[in-house]
Amino acid sequence: MPTVLGIVLIAFLLIHLAPGDPVMALAGEHGDAAYYEFMRERFGLNRSLPDQMLTYFARVASGDLGMSYVHGRSTASLIMERAPATLLLTGSALLLAVIVSIPLGAFAARRPHGSWDVSISGAVLTLYSAPAFWLGQLAILAIALKLGWLPVQGMTTAGDTQSGIMRALDVARHLILPAMVLASQELAVLVRLTRSGLIDELARDHIRTARAKGVTDAAILIRHAMPRALLPAVTVIGARVGQLIAGAVVIEIVFGWPGIGRLLLTSLQNRDTPLLLALFLVVSFTVVVANLLTDLVHAALDPRITLR
Amino acid sequence: MVLDSASLPSAPASGRIAGAIGLVLIGVIIIAALFAPWLASADPFDLAGPALAGPSPNHIMGTDAIGRDLFSGVLYGTRTSLLIAITVGALASAFGVTIGMIAGYYGGFADDFLMRMTELFQVLPRFFLAAVAIALLGPGVDRVIVVLALTSWPVLARVVRAEILALKQLDFVLASEALGATKFHLFKNVFLPHVLPAVLVLVGLLMGQVLLTEASLGFIGLGDPNAMTWGTLAGQAQGFFRVAWWLALFPGLAISATVLGLNLIADALSSRVQNPAGISATE
Repeated sequence: MPTVLGIVLIAFLLIHLAPGDPVMALAGEHGDAAYYEFMRERFGLNRSLPDQMLTYFARVASGDLGMSYVHGRSTASLIMERAPATLLLTGSALLLAVIVSIPLGAFAARRPHGSWDVSISGAVLTLYSAPAFWLGQLAILAIALKLGWLPVQGMTTAGDTQSGIMRALDVARHLILPAMVLASQELAVLVRLTRSGLIDELARDHIRTARAKGVTDAAILIRHAMPRALLPAVTVIGARVGQLIAGAVVIEIVFGWPGIGRLLLTSLQNRDTPLLLALFLVVSFTVVVANLLTDLVHAALDPRITLR
Repeated sequence: MVLDSASLPSAPASGRIAGAIGLVLIGVIIIAALFAPWLASADPFDLAGPALAGPSPNHIMGTDAIGRDLFSGVLYGTRTSLLIAITVGALASAFGVTIGMIAGYYGGFADDFLMRMTELFQVLPRFFLAAVAIALLGPGVDRVIVVLALTSWPVLARVVRAEILALKQLDFVLASEALGATKFHLFKNVFLPHVLPAVLVLVGLLMGQVLLTEASLGFIGLGDPNAMTWGTLAGQAQGFFRVAWWLALFPGLAISATVLGLNLIADALSSRVQNPAGISATE
């Protein structure tokens, strides 16, 4: 809760730190005098600073994140309209990263410092060090343009009016490249975590006992080592939600994916500050909620932890 | 807790090789930044050749849509990137170490207050914060540095605090206090040398993250128009996929090489130092 208040306070300070009249930050530069007056009244900008702060907090608390002056609609509804596309992208990427990283991490952990381990660890670290937009650009150049296997940009084929299953397949085809690129950023974190978790876990006494009892390697890995080794992954996935969304934004711009990333780009180009502030607030709150959920899931999975 | 060798990314032998590769990469980047004016074939803002010409002996990385030499742009971009990474690294360490030491040593209200602040700054989505700040305050390298530094110190503060909590119970610290050491002496000569190795590892990783975020900002058009940045160069490629692959390839390559170098060095360092938080490149 203090965190949420802090975030709103930072947004409020940003409006007032901006050079010129704060009404410009809230209403844009192209409004007329009457509109400025209206905004001044609505946000209480003609009153004292602490008073203004309370007004702003109350507005945000009631879900009023302001009006986009370019679109002439509430910023909250604009963001909600674009959120599903971003959610589809981030969700698929995360799923893909988890599915691929666990076997890779387990494979690397079989012989620590062996040649497979060094190759896998090196490859994921390289992916992790590359900017997301660059991987996206390379994927477009190599896979979409050179090989022509997948569409270059967008979410659906232009001028296509298909519906139902065909449309879903069309979206899926457009989703493959951006989701793969976004997943590659999460991959490194999850592979390294799985690997080091398994290496620690496999060296423990209860694993040796299981081996002595004649439990098969596969059963040891899946039943005895994985559950504890993967527990930290929950925390790390939760803690990285902010990075995941930031990555998605950039990848949406590379691939022309119509999510909040495109919305961010157009609002930057239009200098649509109310929409930008609303995006900042919505993403910040999402990160806070994700952290909270992470703690709850972690506590549910780990019997050693009880929530206070 | 000392990080045992099993949870490190590579064995001592391959780890040393990885560290050496990192040093070479960063060495090349530093040389490029220092000697950019001598190495560059043209002023990065000059119209030095035909538009959208592919890599050739005259323009080894090709030219952009208005005929500027890309190789010179990438070289000068090195300076901007290093300036931002080093300044943010220095500011974040100063904040992080100071706050972590105070919170860890004094405990109580100071600790509570500082840790709540740390949590707040840690959840701030730095990319969006930077985007809003630049949109409201105008583009500029200085704002990028401030926003990135503000959102980077929390990790350092947490690690330093954890270190101090463990350290302050130890006999040599108690002895130092009993002998009447001033707080300043204690922080500077007793605590700082102990937290420094972990801080160095973290700062290396952090500078990699800073470079990536800064590049993304440049890519979406929020770079300083008066400075050459890799992100801005990469952003230009967006409209020319079909005609000029080199615009997409080289700036991204420079960013990746630098960040990989930093991550490799940090990983190699973390296997040498006492690693209180089990820090590694991917956290």
